[in-house]
Amino acid sequence: MNNLSTGQKNYLHQRRQHRRIVSFSRILILAGFLLLWEATTAAGIIDSFIFSSPSAIAQCFFRMILDKSIFLHLSVTLYETILSFLLVTIFSILAAVLLWFSKKLSEILDPFLVVLNSLPKSALAPLLIVWLGANQTTVIVAGMSVAIFGSILNLYTSFTTVDPGKIKLIYTLGGRRLQALSKVVLPSSIPSIISNMKVNIGLCLVGVIIGEFLAARSGLGYLIIYSSQVFKMDWLLMSIVLLCIMAMGLYAIINLLEKWCIRKF
Amino acid sequence: MKRILELEHVHYAYHTPEGETPALTDLTFSVNAGEFLAIVGPSGCGKTTLLSLIAGLLTPEKGQIRIYQKPLSESTTNIGYMLQHDELFEWRTIYQNVLLGLEIQHMLNASTRQHAHELLETYGLKQFENARPSELSGGMRQRAALIRTLVLKPDLLLLDEPFSALDYQTRLNVGDDIGQILRKEKKTAILVTHDLSEAISLADRVIILSRRPATIHQTIPIFFDLDNDTPLNRRDTPEFKSYFKLIWKEMNEHE
Repeated sequence: MNNLSTGQKNYLHQRRQHRRIVSFSRILILAGFLLLWEATTAAGIIDSFIFSSPSAIAQCFFRMILDKSIFLHLSVTLYETILSFLLVTIFSILAAVLLWFSKKLSEILDPFLVVLNSLPKSALAPLLIVWLGANQTTVIVAGMSVAIFGSILNLYTSFTTVDPGKIKLIYTLGGRRLQALSKVVLPSSIPSIISNMKVNIGLCLVGVIIGEFLAARSGLGYLIIYSSQVFKMDWLLMSIVLLCIMAMGLYAIINLLEKWCIRKF
Repeated sequence: MKRILELEHVHYAYHTPEGETPALTDLTFSVNAGEFLAIVGPSGCGKTTLLSLIAGLLTPEKGQIRIYQKPLSESTTNIGYMLQHDELFEWRTIYQNVLLGLEIQHMLNASTRQHAHELLETYGLKQFENARPSELSGGMRQRAALIRTLVLKPDLLLLDEPFSALDYQTRLNVGDDIGQILRKEKKTAILVTHDLSEAISLADRVIILSRRPATIHQTIPIFFDLDNDTPLNRRDTPEFKSYFKLIWKEMNEHE
């Protein structure tokens, strides 16, 4: 470390300083917010019946860990989200490949996809309940419905914007459209497939929660709607906090997948 | 001399809803085995279209293209095509890039792999076999692209301005390099370019195309009496200048 120039040392020092300020400020904001919340409810400035408080939420969380009911709700929501996410990923890649293969098909289906994509998917949920029943299938389909159409459109767009020179190369080497797909289009679309997945995991969670609001007997969405009806604000806010953590965790998993892909390809 | 390729009265046009753009009209020429033919013409005169037709990527609207006396569609002759850009895939190593054509044509086996290694070694890329394309210089990338084409053992090689994306110094070196590689491998090649000096330094014969729709304006045989006939040595001779003047005059006369 001694052979670093003063300029480099200064630079590194400033960088560390900058990072420290960023992390410190983040923690400060969160801690300040929680503290303010706790203090104002304790002092009776805001009504703890309506706003709950960090300590009440934490107590509620531990109670539910002890009676194990929280694990059921967490695992149900997690399972539904992951399943609908995987189905969306598989179906949208398959559909985008089909559209890429047939220009006619993509042109024919384009207006339908655009309409379905811009439709507010929460409007479909009551319909799904009638068709599929108030069960887990409905929740999973609701989760898929939010993400799938946009996902197909985005993937198709990224497939069609692959460098035409690289596709021409495949033809000059004697390949056909299938090889253009497997050797060029899919590998070069991996970054956009992953960024698509990042968007989808969040959207699937949205859809699953909408589905659970309307058609579930368990899961965080059910817990939220139930607790609001019986005015248990501790439960409600705890569920929202858990949803935040779950969303972060799922996003982090996709980030890891991305890092792995970058190393591998 | 054996004729590899014959074109007879070839026509081609591009169609859009706004109308028809004729690209090539009534092209007739042939290429002998072992010959290096250069086709020059103004930008956008349909040179790339011509190579795409010969490679079978497009079908002529009128006329015949024959390879070893057989119509192109029935021919099994391997045609190598080198594009303007190297089009190396960043998600593959250089070695994997070189194998791409073999993979596509299902010819990947121990002996073709061996051949790929040998070519990489002969042309100085052995130590970059496991490198990614972005780690190579422009000249090395173009050489890797050439090896990717040569590893399929093409009987006829099409070069579509393969040096145009390189800076001038690299361009002269790579041109010299690739010219010598092709002579050594005794390849028949067709080079299209708008760079006259490149055409003269590499070719045995130069065909001058007119503006679009392209027809053959003039054919000029090129001969240099050199012991060591390389593209760079050609550039040093007085004949080089006179060929240049001649072709330059022919091209501009036509406008």
